[in-house]
Amino acid sequence: METIFALSSGRGKAGVAVIRVSGPQAQHAVIALSGRAPEVARKALFRILRDPKSGEVLDQALVLWFEGPASFTGEDCAEFQIHGGPNVVGSVLSALGELDGCRSAQAGEFTRRAVENGKFDLTEAEGIGDLIEAETEAQRRQALQQMSGGLGTRCAEWRKRLIKILAYVEADIDFVDEEDVPEGLSLSVLPLIVGLSGEIDALLADGIRGERVREGIDVAIIGPPNAGKSSLLNWLARRDVAIVSEEAGTTRDIVEVRLDLAGMPVILADTAGLRETENSVEQEGVRRALARADAADLTILLIGGDQDPNEFLKSGPTGSASGPTGRGQFDFSLLNKMDLRGLGKESLDSVPEGFCGISIKTGLGLEAFLGDLERLVQERFEGREPALITRQRHRDELSSCQLHLDQAIEIVEAGGDEVFAAEEIRLAMRALGRLSGRVDVEELLDVVFRDFCIGK
Amino acid sequence: MTNRFDVIVIGGGHAGCEAASASARVGARTLLLTHKIETIGEMSCNPAIGGLGKGHLVREIDALDGLMGRVADVAGIQFRLLNRRKGAAVRGPRAQSDRKLYRNAMQFEILNHDNLDVIAGGVEDLIVEDGVLKGVLTGDGASYFAPKVVLTTGTFLRGMIHIGHKRTPAGRVGDAPALGLSDRLYGLGIKLGRLKTGTPPRLDGKTIDWASLERQPGDNPPVPFSFLTDKITTRQIDCHITRTLSATHDIIRANLKDSPVYGGMIEGLGPRYCPSIEDKVVRFAQRDTHQIFLEPEGLDDDTVYPNGISTALPEAIQEMFVRSIPGLEKVSILQPGYAIEYDYIDPRELLATLETKSQAGLYLAGQINGTTGYEEAAGQGLIAGLNAARAVSGSDDVIFDRASSYLGVMIDDLITKGVSEPYRMFTSRAEYRLTLRADNADQRLTNFGVSVGLVGSKRRDLFSAKMASLVSARKMTESLEKTPAELAKSGLKINQDGVRRRVFDLMAYPTVSMDQIREIWPELNKLDTKILEQVEIDAQYAGYLGRQEADIRAFRRDENMRIPADFDYALVKGLSNEVRAKLERGKPLSLGQASRLEGITPASLTVLLLYLKRERRQKAG
Repeated sequence: METIFALSSGRGKAGVAVIRVSGPQAQHAVIALSGRAPEVARKALFRILRDPKSGEVLDQALVLWFEGPASFTGEDCAEFQIHGGPNVVGSVLSALGELDGCRSAQAGEFTRRAVENGKFDLTEAEGIGDLIEAETEAQRRQALQQMSGGLGTRCAEWRKRLIKILAYVEADIDFVDEEDVPEGLSLSVLPLIVGLSGEIDALLADGIRGERVREGIDVAIIGPPNAGKSSLLNWLARRDVAIVSEEAGTTRDIVEVRLDLAGMPVILADTAGLRETENSVEQEGVRRALARADAADLTILLIGGDQDPNEFLKSGPTGSASGPTGRGQFDFSLLNKMDLRGLGKESLDSVPEGFCGISIKTGLGLEAFLGDLERLVQERFEGREPALITRQRHRDELSSCQLHLDQAIEIVEAGGDEVFAAEEIRLAMRALGRLSGRVDVEELLDVVFRDFCIGK
Repeated sequence: MTNRFDVIVIGGGHAGCEAASASARVGARTLLLTHKIETIGEMSCNPAIGGLGKGHLVREIDALDGLMGRVADVAGIQFRLLNRRKGAAVRGPRAQSDRKLYRNAMQFEILNHDNLDVIAGGVEDLIVEDGVLKGVLTGDGASYFAPKVVLTTGTFLRGMIHIGHKRTPAGRVGDAPALGLSDRLYGLGIKLGRLKTGTPPRLDGKTIDWASLERQPGDNPPVPFSFLTDKITTRQIDCHITRTLSATHDIIRANLKDSPVYGGMIEGLGPRYCPSIEDKVVRFAQRDTHQIFLEPEGLDDDTVYPNGISTALPEAIQEMFVRSIPGLEKVSILQPGYAIEYDYIDPRELLATLETKSQAGLYLAGQINGTTGYEEAAGQGLIAGLNAARAVSGSDDVIFDRASSYLGVMIDDLITKGVSEPYRMFTSRAEYRLTLRADNADQRLTNFGVSVGLVGSKRRDLFSAKMASLVSARKMTESLEKTPAELAKSGLKINQDGVRRRVFDLMAYPTVSMDQIREIWPELNKLDTKILEQVEIDAQYAGYLGRQEADIRAFRRDENMRIPADFDYALVKGLSNEVRAKLERGKPLSLGQASRLEGITPASLTVLLLYLKRERRQKAG
């Protein structure tokens, strides 16, 4: 087994850089560079690092020593905290590369070794990746939970139960001749299967907020041309991301901006204005805008104060009374350019029901709208606890697992062949295995031989 | 008589007989060398063949024209089809056998076999010159020459029998261990492990109070093993059931210190599915009784095999606890139970042909590979004998994969995962269980057997005839159909959706019986009952087979991605050193086998796959 090392902090000049070493030669690396073995694990040790060949001083460093398996990778690990100058980092890395049995790590290799050594399962490894990518509070919380086994622990527990269920069903098939294996064992595990299926179902019914938090919540701004959609996007982004001009139909494609809204990651999309048009480029823009609105998690309808909202809703390019998204309603309906309608009471009264008057130019109503938007995003996607399912992959495997469990339930309830029920449970097991790790037939036999006295 | 052969098989047990026969069937001049001709085909442990998973193996051996199924049909004295009430995929034929009838029938087959010579003699050593296997040397100094040798000598490596504190080096009771041959194997530097197994005391049936015991009759009519057997003609008898009492357990508990296992005298691991009565009493302390099947060893043999009380306690204690069991109060023990420890060859040292990786030309089959059971041994014998013979004539290896047969599952398990307890077949080991059924073993394997010359003309003709009737019966069930309304008039409860149902569809409905179907379509009565039964089974599994076939195709894609034996993993960039070391140690023959090795990650498989594909393309271009 080779010992691997890599710069684990970011590249470029920095106050401190961290170099991580993992593998059987980790202790030797500490000795070779700092002159003696680490006296104690998990304590910062102040050391002078020297080039092992020339004896030249490379840097002063803090050395941390973790003895396997109590380390990140499960192997012996050392961390060198050195000054973050490119030459310091470079010379320490090349000194490590000179040591026998040491080589620089490939991307993701530390994590892979940790998974191989059983320090965590696949979902937990994904959590680490997500944590490194996390940009907002909610993403960090969610990634942290996944990394510390949020989904992994749940899966491991389900896996244990599923092994027991399958073991009992298999025992009913393979050891039917044994006195200790009772008749109708498959029937006895029915409540266990039902319970498991229900739990998976409950987890799946989470409004896909985990994926949303991980990937970003899609918010689309739609409306007729020249309503001020791009201005709204710019105001929300507080920087100029979309081209704003007086000419109607400026935004022909979709402009996206990623925002951190009260800790939640939001992908805000500004879309082409919706109107009947002969221009084929613009038609395409309208088509895309409608599609985007359809797929969005939240939609904001924006209409200019100089336009008639009812007219637009009735005769918009979709021609549908239920509105462009077909959902019949928008999460927010804003009437912009209230300044054009004057500031008097009659102007406020002219705002149709369900609309909220704002003016991006004067700032009227904008903070209130932002507060409402933040609240809605949090309410819908944050939840009290971070979501456990954070990827489509998780959802697909869990759905497949549940589907097969339900089929097994149907077969057992109908008094069908246990072999078919066993087949469904095997498929359910395989789906769960793909999520977190494989299941071996030996594990089933372990349960059978533990729970039943087999052998006449 | 010549002393030059193509293949020499050492050992006349279940592995040896199938190995010798398979080798001879495909045309190799074969020699079977065994200690004593009289013990060829001996059932050394319990007098039964088949069971769940094991019965599947017997059917597969039979489908390839092997001996075990036909011999077991001649010798069977109580047949039971296990899991009769469950689906056909997991039904396992099993039979109590008359040991003498079995031995005689097997000896008749072996001694009257084309291409097969049988010589009594203990093999002392292999003849190896410059690393090349040349033949074998017997204890009395004779040499026999052949380029391929199949070793099927069971538990002879460092065999140690334990009864209480008494230890006797031995193979089976009464057989001396073969020392020269063991030295040769140890000299190959092959990795070994140590296992343990046990056997119950044999009882004198004349001293059992049969009248007081519960009877266990066999099936009537009995279902034979062999596709060639029409009808079982041997007289059938009952087995009897008794059980241990708390008093029995007290005696055992009080004497555990004299048990070789609990006294710490045994290091080998025993099978969990065949625990000694000492184990049962300790591990399942909450149970105050255990069932015992009293299995007669033969029609005119008074020896009784009490299945369920394997033990290695001292003889006096054995007698004491056995006599505490109802019906056995006055029983006399003919031979005490014992535990035996032995070395086995780590089967990961073998190729899928069962040839050893370290000595070309040497094949190992049976218990020496860490398995248990006659059926597992016989299956390996067939594979080893077949491949040894084919190698002599320069033909390709024959490898059965996990999707083809239980034989394939067993060989792959052995050579890929190794064993940690004596390996026994279970249906749960087969991923493609719905496809690998005992009822369709011939449909899965016989044609292939014909193509490699394993299957003789008699079976070939019978099989073709059966397939012809099966195809026409299937056609008939797929062409006869009625509307739901018509079926309702005949009293069937069918969803009134207007979709016509074929006989084949109705056969899969759990709520519709075959009798009801026959009543509606009396023309079905013209078909052979067995053939119709087969179609019915096919109908029941049709829904699942589509999915399983897709799985099998994906599996075979990986399996067919062969990895050359001398493949240099260092050439594959992107494999971690750990993975590379594991692959170099495991020497997988295919990408599929590589995926089943421990610690091989999906990522490394992808890297390997891409490399193999690129290499193949370059070769093709």
